[in-house]
Amino acid sequence: MKKVIVGNHAVSWGVSLARAEVIAAYPITPQTQIVEELAEMCDDGRLAAKFIKVESEHSAMAACIGASATGVRAFTATSSQGLLLMHELLHWAGLGRLPIVMADINRAVAPGWNIWTDQNDTLAQRDTGWVQLYCENNQEVLDTTIQAFALAEKLSLPVMIVLDAFFLSHTSEPVDIPSPAEVDAFLPRRDAALKLDTRDPHAFGALTTPAVYMEMRKRQQEAFDQVPETLRLIDADWDRRFGRSWGAVESYRTSDADTVLVTSGTITSTARYVINERRERGEKVGLVKIKMFRPFPTEPLRRALAGIPKVAVLDRNISPGHGGIFAEELRSALYDLPSARRPRVDGYVLGLGGRDVTPEVIGECLDATRGNDSSANAREDLWVGVKP
Amino acid sequence: MKPKDLRTELLPVWCTGCGDFGVLKGLTQALSDLEIAPEKLAVISGIGCSSRLPGYVKAYSFNTIHGRALPIASGLKTARPELTTVVVGGDGDGFSIGLGHLPHAIRRDINLTYIVMDNGIYGLTKGQASPTTELESKRTRGLAGGDEQPLNPVLLVLSAGCGFVARTHAGNMPHMREMMKQAIEYPGFSFVHVLAGCVTYQPRNYSDQLLQRSYELPAEYDKSDLGAAITAVRDGRFALGVIYKRPLEEVAATAGATADEDWTPPDAVLKQDLPTE
Repeated sequence: MKKVIVGNHAVSWGVSLARAEVIAAYPITPQTQIVEELAEMCDDGRLAAKFIKVESEHSAMAACIGASATGVRAFTATSSQGLLLMHELLHWAGLGRLPIVMADINRAVAPGWNIWTDQNDTLAQRDTGWVQLYCENNQEVLDTTIQAFALAEKLSLPVMIVLDAFFLSHTSEPVDIPSPAEVDAFLPRRDAALKLDTRDPHAFGALTTPAVYMEMRKRQQEAFDQVPETLRLIDADWDRRFGRSWGAVESYRTSDADTVLVTSGTITSTARYVINERRERGEKVGLVKIKMFRPFPTEPLRRALAGIPKVAVLDRNISPGHGGIFAEELRSALYDLPSARRPRVDGYVLGLGGRDVTPEVIGECLDATRGNDSSANAREDLWVGVKP
Repeated sequence: MKPKDLRTELLPVWCTGCGDFGVLKGLTQALSDLEIAPEKLAVISGIGCSSRLPGYVKAYSFNTIHGRALPIASGLKTARPELTTVVVGGDGDGFSIGLGHLPHAIRRDINLTYIVMDNGIYGLTKGQASPTTELESKRTRGLAGGDEQPLNPVLLVLSAGCGFVARTHAGNMPHMREMMKQAIEYPGFSFVHVLAGCVTYQPRNYSDQLLQRSYELPAEYDKSDLGAAITAVRDGRFALGVIYKRPLEEVAATAGATADEDWTPPDAVLKQDLPTE
């Protein structure tokens, strides 16, 4: 069934098709539509889930932790400050190995108050033990939401689906919504290996001494190591069933490219447009989209970018005192390539707090990188379009 | 100084008919009556429609984090005790995400005035039930949380030991002005519960409904009697007026830590002779 829906409702549809059993949420712009739609589905019986209207995001994630620990499928959604308030609980879900799925609408953080998009809220959570998947369009949002439950439950890791404020959350696009029967065949009921079970009692979260704590963290790391292959198989299965796949990293017109843009989120769609235009003019340019940020897709990115002379990373985020976060992580990932095959990586910081990233802006970045023949990496990322 | 001299040039973004306009006016009137100059005033809020208020008052204004206005104001008042510090917000900010801070601000008894504009709804996120939305209202409108009991915020602050508790209605300007004045003058933590309408996400006559359920406490009501106060806020109606005021001789005994209004950081700390060994 094709429907024209906003990105927020693509999440809601995905969550209902995944048959989430407990949903706990607190409203925050621009996420509220996700949980309002789910609350309505629960209210009118379209979804038999329990909906808890909690008093804060901290409580929303806490409730998901409690629910998920009993073996049910738990979901929440938030944005910006709400995600920051959850921070303590995110570690708990991560190291507790609870396969909670959450949607975060990328929104800039305060002060000053800003409801528009950038990625600093989610990137600040990169070390909390959550898989992070950044989406480009509403179809990808819906597909990724359902895939996220499969991935989370396969590896006992929580998964965050990330979408840009307004550019996706409130933008309508046609979305192919699979039937419940098709999704049920893809995503069976959750079968938790370890859960709160009165017939088989366990203690959770108890004091974990230096003698065993490190082993627990190593296992978490090993689970993350399995994410790329597990996601590839899930995505391939999805492709067989629904004729669509997304990949952790996508290369677009890169085979003979001398310069490649690296993007995430909705900037990718604008960048595709720019690449197509430049290709028509005969410029050898391409695009690599990073969908999966945690775990960082080091191997796919090495394969995608080895031998390409120049790379321009568009970062809608900033780590103060360091630089654009995708650029920094990409430089680190490519460091091991032989120097002759290692691209120069230029970083561009742009679009913070929802500032428009137009084809012209992307074109400027592309021109600056193509026109620079220096072999050394730039010492600092360039801030694009900042008023003096 | 007239009330309008305490207003900034910013025009409020509230909906026409919003109760928060009345609160803004009542607050500037009370501050004007008390001759509190803008440079001696701090107005702090969290997040929500009503939390926009500080931007409209000529003062050190601080629109802070959702639910965290009280601890931020506590830090500010501790560092600058000479500033009259007014905390404003709504029922979502104060009784939902930020409720955990309220009893502790009361226990600390720092000289803050906390004004809550309670319209019984989350307005800024477009009409979800708040902790004070009535059960019947939630059920008839199909709002999520329909089976959760509403909170009685005035009973809660009384039981937490708040020394000054008043309730007023956003449509009753003289009463609101008087309640705010008394609250600001009170030398410890004071709480003003304002019944406010929401013209967008509550029924059109909601403000009138609140008024119909309200009554002014009679002249013979003993506001120093905590037992009487607790009884007065438990009968389903809205008692308006000073519901409880701890006698000032008791306040002087308990609010010692906050009474040190001469303390200023440069003099108290930077010029202090520190021990040398």
